[in-house]
Amino acid sequence: MENAINSSVEPLASVAILSEGSDEPAKLAEPVIHLDGLSVQFGGRPILKELRGELRGRAIGLLGPNGAGKTTLIHTLLGFHPPSSGTAHIFGRDIRKEAKPIRTQIGYLPERDSFIANMTCVHFVRLMAELSGLPSEAALERAHEALFYVGLGEARYRQLGTYSLGMKQLAKLAQAIVHGPRLIFLDEPTNGLDPPARQRMIELVRQIRDSGKAHILLSSHLLRDVEECCEEILIIKDGSIAVYCNLEEERRANRKFLELETRGDREAFVEAIGSLGCEYALTSERRLKLVLQNDVDIRDLYQLAGAHKVQIRRLNFKRDSLEDIFLKAMESGNGDGNRAAGMREGGK
Amino acid sequence: MAVHEHAYKPYAGPLTPVWSRFLIIPRHAYRDVFASKLYTALFALCFVCPLVMAILIYLHHNLTAMAALSISLKDIVPINGFFFQFFVGTQTFFAFVLTVLMGPPLISRDLANNALPLYLCRPFSRAEYVIGKMSVLLILISAITWIPGELLFLFQSYLEGAGWAASNLWIAGAVFVGSWTWILLLAMLSVTISAWVKWRLAASAALFGLFIISNAIGFMVNGVLQTRWGGLFNLTFIMKTIEDSLFRAPNSAGLPSWMVLPTSAAWIMLALFLAFCLFLLTRRVRAYEVVR
Repeated sequence: MENAINSSVEPLASVAILSEGSDEPAKLAEPVIHLDGLSVQFGGRPILKELRGELRGRAIGLLGPNGAGKTTLIHTLLGFHPPSSGTAHIFGRDIRKEAKPIRTQIGYLPERDSFIANMTCVHFVRLMAELSGLPSEAALERAHEALFYVGLGEARYRQLGTYSLGMKQLAKLAQAIVHGPRLIFLDEPTNGLDPPARQRMIELVRQIRDSGKAHILLSSHLLRDVEECCEEILIIKDGSIAVYCNLEEERRANRKFLELETRGDREAFVEAIGSLGCEYALTSERRLKLVLQNDVDIRDLYQLAGAHKVQIRRLNFKRDSLEDIFLKAMESGNGDGNRAAGMREGGK
Repeated sequence: MAVHEHAYKPYAGPLTPVWSRFLIIPRHAYRDVFASKLYTALFALCFVCPLVMAILIYLHHNLTAMAALSISLKDIVPINGFFFQFFVGTQTFFAFVLTVLMGPPLISRDLANNALPLYLCRPFSRAEYVIGKMSVLLILISAITWIPGELLFLFQSYLEGAGWAASNLWIAGAVFVGSWTWILLLAMLSVTISAWVKWRLAASAALFGLFIISNAIGFMVNGVLQTRWGGLFNLTFIMKTIEDSLFRAPNSAGLPSWMVLPTSAAWIMLALFLAFCLFLLTRRVRAYEVVR
């Protein structure tokens, strides 16, 4: 497990070129978020401790236990809390000096219930679009579009106060995307949602990600949400970066590790596997693990098994789940993971 | 992101000027306000006094009408500083009523539903938010105070002649400054109370009570300590002192001379009071409150 985690950690600068799903190759040179020794203190108590690194992915998952500093990081990037030292750049703009231009390009779905009661949903989303700088008519048009997009088209003239929790979450998503931001902060977007509503929210997030028109920073303590939506993850623990991991890379790497359960005389079969150049280990009487070479396909294994009259009863891709990675990060001491995880300050 | 496309699409159209965005808040607020018949009726009622005063000015210059009424309107209601001071006094009363009704939910409604982060995560600063919320009252109260006041002055100047206008230009200034001091005080008080008191009825009561309590405290201090400085705690008294000085009618209420406040002290106290309100607002109007 230790090896698996270490292998998953990539220097952030190098991850940039591996990001997928972008239709803006020119912009890949520019990190979405560049953390430059960002620290935040409340009343002398450090909440975020010298965060350093660059994030360039299309969908970035922000993970961590309660109180780790995930929401504080988002709030600081939005300019709600001033950094006590260091700074951060979003699309190359300094959050200390250019908060307003940055916020023009950001959409934010807050964790807590946030809306204006006694207002219809379409009125609310339109108001938010206008505050983002859209002219009145364009704001109204996009408010309708955003509400249809998130699935609230039929309920858009209802008062927000009468909405269910799931509908309120969708309304919050609509206001976050109505002005077409380049970066969307989603803070616990599936909080309190029932399974169908959660699935709907995840589907929307993935659609936005796959559109290639916006980057997403998804903060959640639900690993499954992050795993389903994100290609990069940043795990924060005690205000420090515990782990940075490129899930896409991780998935690709883990694809090479196989665990087989066989029936029949496997001696010749494993020798044949060895002759293909694959490393293997016999873990029990019927099980073996192997590392697949790049030029060897799964189909080759089945053909070998057929040739040696061996039945392959089970074939598993051995992979570290996000849960494994997360738990390992939580176990890894003081959470001072910037250095432990091999991250370096990218781009500078 | 067209309805039929169901796809996320960035916005590539023109943006509104940054300086004008605070006006979005009053525009949306008025849509709600004037949806209520009560508010619309009350707002219409606010124009009764300007209308009556415009008729009086007209009658002053219509000899036929004066003769038909067989009264000397010029002696009964002269058009002078007192006439306009009375106008400002009446309209500020209506302004106060409008403020009590409309002011309390301005910020409390956003605070109650945690809407502040949604405003402040956009290219919209705290200052713009406060100015926007205050503008709801600033614009509405302006429409019933100094704007009709100046129109009355222009009407009188038109009928009386340029000579009257030149010699009474200070009245126009007094109407403008006197109205704005009230407007600023009411708007600032209203949004501050709205930011600290979430319950609408309590906020309205607090706004109303502040004038009564400050009045009581002022007179109590004056009575107990036999001093005039207790008036500095009395908001109504401070405003009256400022108004009297603007309209060149010192001590128009006929108080004992030892109770009359120096005008400079009234101005300083008003400035301090507004600064304190601003301080309270900055403490409260934040995207998130940090619990230390």
